[in-house]
Amino acid sequence: MAIVFDREQGLSLLALMIRSRVFEEKIEALFSSHEMHGTTHLAIGQEAVHAGVSPALDSEDWILTTHRCHGHTLAKGASIEGMLAEFFGLSQGVAKGLGGSMHLIDLEHHNAGSSAVVGSGVAIATGMALQLKRKESSNLVVAFFGDGASNRGVIHESMNMAAIWDLPVLFLCEHNVYGMSSCADEMVSVNSIADRGSAYGIESSSVDGNDIEVVFEAVQDAARYIREDKKPFLLEVRTYRFSGHSKNDKRVYRTREEEERWSLRDPLRIFSERLIERGHLTHEEFEEMQRSERESINRIAEKLLEERNELTIEEAQSYVFTDGGVE
Amino acid sequence: MKKLSYREAIREAMMEEMARDEQVVVIGEDVGRYGGCFKVTPGLIERFGDRQVVETPVSEEGLVGVAVGAAMLGMRPIVEIMYGDFSTLASDPLINHAAKMHFMTGGQVSVPMVYRTPMGSGTGAAAQHTQSLETLFTNIPGLKVVFPATPADAKGLLKSAVRDPDPVVFLEHKLYGTEGLIPDGEYTIPLGKADIKRQGTDVTIITYGKTLFTALDAAAILEDDEVSVEVVDLRSLRPLDTETIFASVCKTGRVVVMHEAPGFGGFAGEIVAQIVGDSATFNALKAPIARVCGKEMPTPFNKNLELQLPPSPHAVVAAALKLFPSAV
Repeated sequence: MAIVFDREQGLSLLALMIRSRVFEEKIEALFSSHEMHGTTHLAIGQEAVHAGVSPALDSEDWILTTHRCHGHTLAKGASIEGMLAEFFGLSQGVAKGLGGSMHLIDLEHHNAGSSAVVGSGVAIATGMALQLKRKESSNLVVAFFGDGASNRGVIHESMNMAAIWDLPVLFLCEHNVYGMSSCADEMVSVNSIADRGSAYGIESSSVDGNDIEVVFEAVQDAARYIREDKKPFLLEVRTYRFSGHSKNDKRVYRTREEEERWSLRDPLRIFSERLIERGHLTHEEFEEMQRSERESINRIAEKLLEERNELTIEEAQSYVFTDGGVE
Repeated sequence: MKKLSYREAIREAMMEEMARDEQVVVIGEDVGRYGGCFKVTPGLIERFGDRQVVETPVSEEGLVGVAVGAAMLGMRPIVEIMYGDFSTLASDPLINHAAKMHFMTGGQVSVPMVYRTPMGSGTGAAAQHTQSLETLFTNIPGLKVVFPATPADAKGLLKSAVRDPDPVVFLEHKLYGTEGLIPDGEYTIPLGKADIKRQGTDVTIITYGKTLFTALDAAAILEDDEVSVEVVDLRSLRPLDTETIFASVCKTGRVVVMHEAPGFGGFAGEIVAQIVGDSATFNALKAPIARVCGKEMPTPFNKNLELQLPPSPHAVVAAALKLFPSAV
């Protein structure tokens, strides 16, 4: 392990990981109590990826995420209030309540939103990179996808195009072991998806996705390579989805023993223990950070539930076309 | 006025728009030196270079997705898909992404993309290269769909499509050599406006794309039978110019709707529904509405069989004559 965060950076990224965890737990509770409708895809256990990717990039680099987008959206800078409001379907939401949990967006922080068609966002991100290259921008686009999506044909097409055109794309494979219920061991032809990079002439690496310092450094290295060598890069981060696929998943496709084993590799636990060991944090401070984050999210949720604003169907229709025309 | 072929008119529209705005970029397979599958793009790469002409691998889904992403950051891509049939491959970025991006981001993102592709039979290319798949797109809120028949309409509509802030599906027929007069100088034709290609008083034929020419041939034959035919060329399927349709039907009271796509579940059904759903127009009807559409089968390869697939002028004439009480 090479990178060692200083105290300030370590605590700030720990806070981000806590925020992501607590946010997801709040969402889970709100769905369970039927205060939110629809569906949601949690990424509890993947916080080292959330906090290890966007914070390692330039603020003007773009990301394009997936249906499992909450943590990435938070880490890129979106407000909890705008996100929670979107989950409630409110007009104060980041997409005015028209997108919901799978379609968070935050252009101000260069988050182009997400595609909830597994894998399709990778082509969109590749197109954004084509336009960045035409504009002679020094920025790159992160195309998030998972191990399940890695089998989509469009990812093959996108990687090939990014390679032949030397596009500034960071293909970021968030390998969390499961695509819905199916285990990567049975669905992916290679042990490491990073191995597929060589088929396209794309440099790649695979790292521990539960160690934020490892993820952060790998993303920085990849970004430097993309900017300096002007080529795409494929980075696989190996993590584990503690949550089920979506809200009603009883996780019948895996054992509790397997989950137990992975819980020892909980990214929050690994990183907080490391910071305590370094003397940058005490157990009490860690508890306090989690408690105050929970309180703050609860306050925001309560406030939103009191001030519900929703679009009318006519207002919603006015967003079908850019000029507001309804036909 | 000058004479241009359908393909030249489309090319001229692209060239003018590419010269006007360097964000207008043609993206597709073999659109560079080869000049595109139907030779619509020769000369573009020589004049505009690879900054404005992007040749792609055989990756329909990927390349349309790329165009969507580039459009989100300010490009105004004109995608060429060499056969309309391959829209099945490109349907995810077009239908699930381009059509919904503005809506599901609450108006924050637009996708100003043109999706050009040819439809229809007559090329001996058999069942996977000759379909008329316009209804893949017309039931998708968020997409605009145009299908011009004449060179002048193709040029004016394509320029409007390029300047439109939203995705426009621009369908072409394969009579690329068809010549027509083009107005001099800069002009555009608004999306969503039909055009009366022939004035008449007894029967309205409503169509679009290649079958406009079938309708005009049928109208000429019917004239010999002293039946005066009005031909409405829709040009745009969505938005649909119901005003022009209703006005013509109110004038004639008799309607033939035609297209090359199969009738079952086809766009003609929408036109009929619009007509009968408008009480003044419905009350003006003097006879049931006739549909004349392509045969309910994949396109056969055999030339004689293929020629029998789309509606013929004689089928249109027969359908029109049946709308009169004296018809047996």
